[in-house]
Amino acid sequence: MSTIDSTAPKIVDPKSTSSNPTTSASMQVPDASGRFGDFGGRYVPETLTRALEELVEEYQKARKDPDFQAELDELLHRFVGRPSPLYHAKRLSGLLGGAQIWLKREDLNHTGAHKINNTLGQALLTLRMKKTRVIAETGAGQHGVASATACAHFGLPCVVYMGAEDVRRQKPNVFSMRLMGAEVRPVESGSKTLRDAVNEAMRDWMSSVEHTHYIIGSVIGPHPFPQMVRDFQSVIGKECREQCLTSLGRLPDAIVACVGGGSNAAGMFYPFVQDTSVRLIGVEAGGRGQQSGEHASPLTYGSPGVLHGSYSYVMQDNDGQTSDVHSISAGLDYPGVGPEHSYWKDTKRVEYTSCRDDEAIESFDLLARNEGILTALETCHALAKAAQIAKTMTRDQHLVICLSGRGDKDAAELARLRGQEW
Amino acid sequence: MTAIDELFQRLKGSGKKAFMPFITAGDPNMAFTSKVLQRLEALGCSMAEVGFPYSDPIADGPVIQASYTRALGNKLKLQQIFDQIQSDRSERKMPLVAMVSYAIIHRQGQEGFIQAAKQAGFSGVIVPDLLVEESQTMSQLCRKHDFNLIQLVTPTTPRERALRIAEASSGFLYFVSVTGITGERTELPADLVDRVGWIKERTNLPICIGFGISKPEHVKLLAPVCDGLIVGSAIVRCLEKAGESQEQALASAEQLIASLLAALEPAKG
Repeated sequence: MSTIDSTAPKIVDPKSTSSNPTTSASMQVPDASGRFGDFGGRYVPETLTRALEELVEEYQKARKDPDFQAELDELLHRFVGRPSPLYHAKRLSGLLGGAQIWLKREDLNHTGAHKINNTLGQALLTLRMKKTRVIAETGAGQHGVASATACAHFGLPCVVYMGAEDVRRQKPNVFSMRLMGAEVRPVESGSKTLRDAVNEAMRDWMSSVEHTHYIIGSVIGPHPFPQMVRDFQSVIGKECREQCLTSLGRLPDAIVACVGGGSNAAGMFYPFVQDTSVRLIGVEAGGRGQQSGEHASPLTYGSPGVLHGSYSYVMQDNDGQTSDVHSISAGLDYPGVGPEHSYWKDTKRVEYTSCRDDEAIESFDLLARNEGILTALETCHALAKAAQIAKTMTRDQHLVICLSGRGDKDAAELARLRGQEW
Repeated sequence: MTAIDELFQRLKGSGKKAFMPFITAGDPNMAFTSKVLQRLEALGCSMAEVGFPYSDPIADGPVIQASYTRALGNKLKLQQIFDQIQSDRSERKMPLVAMVSYAIIHRQGQEGFIQAAKQAGFSGVIVPDLLVEESQTMSQLCRKHDFNLIQLVTPTTPRERALRIAEASSGFLYFVSVTGITGERTELPADLVDRVGWIKERTNLPICIGFGISKPEHVKLLAPVCDGLIVGSAIVRCLEKAGESQEQALASAEQLIASLLAALEPAKG
């Protein structure tokens, strides 16, 4: 099952051939049809087309509207607490003995992760489009909490679809969502994880599209979601770039972020795309091993295909059926990835690698005990790889980790995995 | 000219309407699917739509979703669908349409898929997640191989766009009756007849209505304004117990189909 690619029939769709790897990555993507090079596009039922067109139109208007940007900035500042600090992890840097490690503290945002940057933007668009209901999918629950928060703030009813397995392993977030008035609907179909939650949210949207906005939580889905979510998350990279120039007097040497659907990584990397001196490294969930079904690393082991409305790398079998994936972290337990990441992979602008479950769990302690920070299991994947990379760098070099979320939500699951009392 | 084109020409000549059941391939196995197709033809169905199970269908309701899960749970492979359909080909006169998610087609390559499907005996394909904007290559390849690419119009489709879709479609135009996923509905939208009538006046393509149709009343209401009716979930629901008793499942599907065909009868004029 692990050598799916070698037996796959030759693809004849001109749109689906691999992009020329010598082309350098552009920031002027996607094009009008939502393509990042060959990737992206819109593969959805006709029923959703009008709503997607309306969203494109409203989003383009909003981008040019200074009032919209001012309102969002104000919320990000006073409600979320931005800008988030760029913190020099001196003890960790000393311990590893390599590069100076800096943490972009998205975990300090209101609701404890980067997800709120996107949900506030999309909630504002929901109001502009005069839609009266919001739905969302969630894996780790961070996007669900951020959606519930934005909806409570604006007084919008909110339904969150969450795989039943994720409801179990991310209980604290389920409770938070309900406290803020959101309805959490556990999804019992398929693997009962993020992928099934997306399917269920899409099905809801098929029937409710006329009055409901679907706040997709990552840089996935049909155009314009990958672009829009990237733009809302780019506040991470924009701030980080300025903070580096202020604190270091220069750009960093490397930036590491975890990649599930890839929204924190996209938001962090995008403003650095043309700074080619900066190494960008995305870390996927390596799970228990390289065999298909044991990991969630489509960029590392998958092949281009269609899932959830866009064309991107995906874990699939020879028939084009989506393969089951595994990750210890609910937020990375997803067989697809955002199309812009596929574009960055093929243009070689971003290096993608993966980190196993056990490495991620180990690195949780690294930051907890040496810096006093509990890190989300998703983010631990970036942390573990960053620690390895930092050791190969010199003390006068600088490495930034996108600390995308806080780890309180994972305490119970960690205790269970370690056979400890909770 | 495909078998679907010929069918609608024949029906038009005699003033009759098409009745097209949807069944899921391989639920619970292809031998049963083969048997169901034979019975559908014997009952007088004009053609049949064969759903290719997909792991992540977003346009399908719980009944069809569950049938896909059962089929894939029994390790159904694409090749088995093609093999079975092809082996029954000589005994079947009824045209078949494949209903396939784009992920599956893309994996085979568009032309590879069309060739394999045509060789097996399909006359056309419905790709529910391939929008008219993304379908140019597929459309050209289908024309090249004399294969129908049937496109969908929905209640949320603006009128001008609906005409553009009709132009790009071949075989027939699939008119989705409701805003939502597949599944039986008690009532259909009040303006459905008007909306179908509007587009009917502006295209030469046959129009078939699907989604939500499950009762003789629906058939009586809609048959006069269209060229054919598609019934899916209601039939798949009858067949879902085939794992326990094939004959019982078939009998309940036959009963339903017979009642729907009877309702279609007056429109046959």
